[in-house]
Amino acid sequence: MADVAVRLVTRTERGLADTKVRAALRNATGILSLNRSLALDGLEDADALRDQAHAIRRHAIDALDALIDMWQANATANGIVVHRARTADEAVRIVLDLAAEHAVDGHAPVRIAKGKSMASEEVHLNAALEAAGHEVVETDLGEFIIQLAGESPSHLIAPAIHKSRFDVAELFTADAGRPIAPEIEAEAAYARVRLRQAFLDADIGITGVNFAIAETGSICLVENEGNGRMCTSLPRTHVAIMGMERIVETWDELDVMLALLARSATGQALSVYTNIISGPRRPTEIDGPDSVHVVVLDNGRSAVVGTQFDDALLCIRCGACLNVCPVYRNIGGHAYGTVYSGPIGAVLTPLLRPDDPTARELPEASSLCGACTEVCPVRIPLHDLLLRERHRDAPADATRTRRVAFAAWSLLWSNPVTYRAGVLVARVGLRVAARAPKLARRTPGWVGTWGRDRALPEVRR
Amino acid sequence: MTVIFPSCIADMLRPGLASRMRGLLARRGVQSTFARRTTCCGQPAYNAGYAAEARRVARPTLRALAKTEGPIVVPSGSCTAMMAKHWPDLFANTPDAGRASAVSTRVVELTQLLATLASERSVPDDRGPVAYHGSCHLERELGVRVEPRALLTAQGYEVREPAGADRCCGFGGTFSVKLPAVSVAMADEKLDTLAATGASTVVGCDLSCLVHLEGRARSRGLSLQFSHIAEQLDG
Repeated sequence: MADVAVRLVTRTERGLADTKVRAALRNATGILSLNRSLALDGLEDADALRDQAHAIRRHAIDALDALIDMWQANATANGIVVHRARTADEAVRIVLDLAAEHAVDGHAPVRIAKGKSMASEEVHLNAALEAAGHEVVETDLGEFIIQLAGESPSHLIAPAIHKSRFDVAELFTADAGRPIAPEIEAEAAYARVRLRQAFLDADIGITGVNFAIAETGSICLVENEGNGRMCTSLPRTHVAIMGMERIVETWDELDVMLALLARSATGQALSVYTNIISGPRRPTEIDGPDSVHVVVLDNGRSAVVGTQFDDALLCIRCGACLNVCPVYRNIGGHAYGTVYSGPIGAVLTPLLRPDDPTARELPEASSLCGACTEVCPVRIPLHDLLLRERHRDAPADATRTRRVAFAAWSLLWSNPVTYRAGVLVARVGLRVAARAPKLARRTPGWVGTWGRDRALPEVRR
Repeated sequence: MTVIFPSCIADMLRPGLASRMRGLLARRGVQSTFARRTTCCGQPAYNAGYAAEARRVARPTLRALAKTEGPIVVPSGSCTAMMAKHWPDLFANTPDAGRASAVSTRVVELTQLLATLASERSVPDDRGPVAYHGSCHLERELGVRVEPRALLTAQGYEVREPAGADRCCGFGGTFSVKLPAVSVAMADEKLDTLAATGASTVVGCDLSCLVHLEGRARSRGLSLQFSHIAEQLDG
């Protein structure tokens, strides 16, 4: 688990130290990336589709208020109860109140079956529900695994990507009170039985939202396990939590987004389940919840709209940028110390939490290689946004020593005469250091940091 | 007249690189001159988030280059990207804005220029294999993928690609010392794939990546050799 009390550099070192997880992560992200490129190669013109997706998402952010209003009016007419939450606390309070309404005689526990939702992770909903005495079962297999482990997701779409089948067997064995073999089939069989009961027992189903469709007041939820469909149809109440930016105007636009989402995430042409929910069960229908609530979460998003950073809100949470990121695939999601990890997490978190020092440090978790930007289906200039965030925060957050060092370097390097002298001194210094590698390692500052695991550069003609 | 801007890292670590570039150009019928009174493009500070410091460093270089004419050739994808792509932003709304946009259009990475020129020298058919490391800014920001490989092939080298060829080597400027363990882990992965090509020499177009990889290779005791493309072509 992430320890946010320590600095990013320490968290990355801890992430790297787990070589077993690192190997598994490199392997899994490699497979997801390969699947993604094969799936996009299968499209007639993936680049044009991505341009179109970018335009659709840009329109959504540029017209955000109007589209949410349009969606809300239509959703309300369909019988959906819409709640607007300005903050994480408000979102949690809304869900807690809804849960309280379901408590028999006003008492907990209310049983809740939960589908995968990063927005609910963002507001730390489970902890609040459990503190209020409710029983929450995560029903996405990956989320179920990390719930048993008491951890947070380490990947946008594969929350337990850091767990091996042996880890899972241990967790399931403890949960079952009997041995569950470390075989995928045995584990899946256990989860199926265990979670089925959770669906049947649940008073409330809580899910996320992939897209809200303004023109009909619908929400769309994609998933592969069918648990989302269970959560949205079996319990008598369905509560969906949605980041306010996850809106499209039309079904034609949704079509474009769906064509790219699953392909970018896992390489599938379409997720196994694409759920469209436009309201509670109608009198003539047999299945479906009696009531549907959607919590529209702001939590710092509206403050980003209209700034130089608002392309970050185009994100559709496919996770493609995580899979190609050479930093993510080595340190893992938990090292970021925040709910959203990888390049998009490093971009988005400091925008949503501008006063959080842990968040503000995240743009450093990148070599600015640009692999993320290259794969983003909606063409978010991710590495460029990381750079702009550094420009905004890095000097202000740096130690005095570092600021002075940059100022001194810039003075030396901005005059051709002192520059030439500096170059000569550096050459002499490196030639001396080449004969005394121990000295290099003991040099304070960045020279010593470099020298710890790397020979200093050699000067050659 | 073509102007050679060697970059600060070449000034420090490969003082002969500019002359090699001049030779490479001359053998292709292009006369060139060394930029005078230039220092650095400012990228180390720029990518670390220090725009004011980057501007201060880059300004004398920009002004010196603005007094010259013709293509400005740079032996680095990373410096070229800074000058060609980021200088106009860096100097926007300053008295140097006009200079920055004019100079930025003249900046060209070494292999971009060489690829447009025919070589006069005949070369042996088979000079053996080299592993090529395509640096991120060269490939992703400048789109230079074909040129260096074609130049090496034309010189008789068999160009070998490491697995995950387009993955970052982990240098990343100040990233290499801000998150050193991650930077080294990335270098290790890259070195393993480069070594697996079986070639004993690694060629790249950015000294910064090469110095990082070489430093890590030495401390691991790997015998790989690292060579800037200007050195290799001049070879």
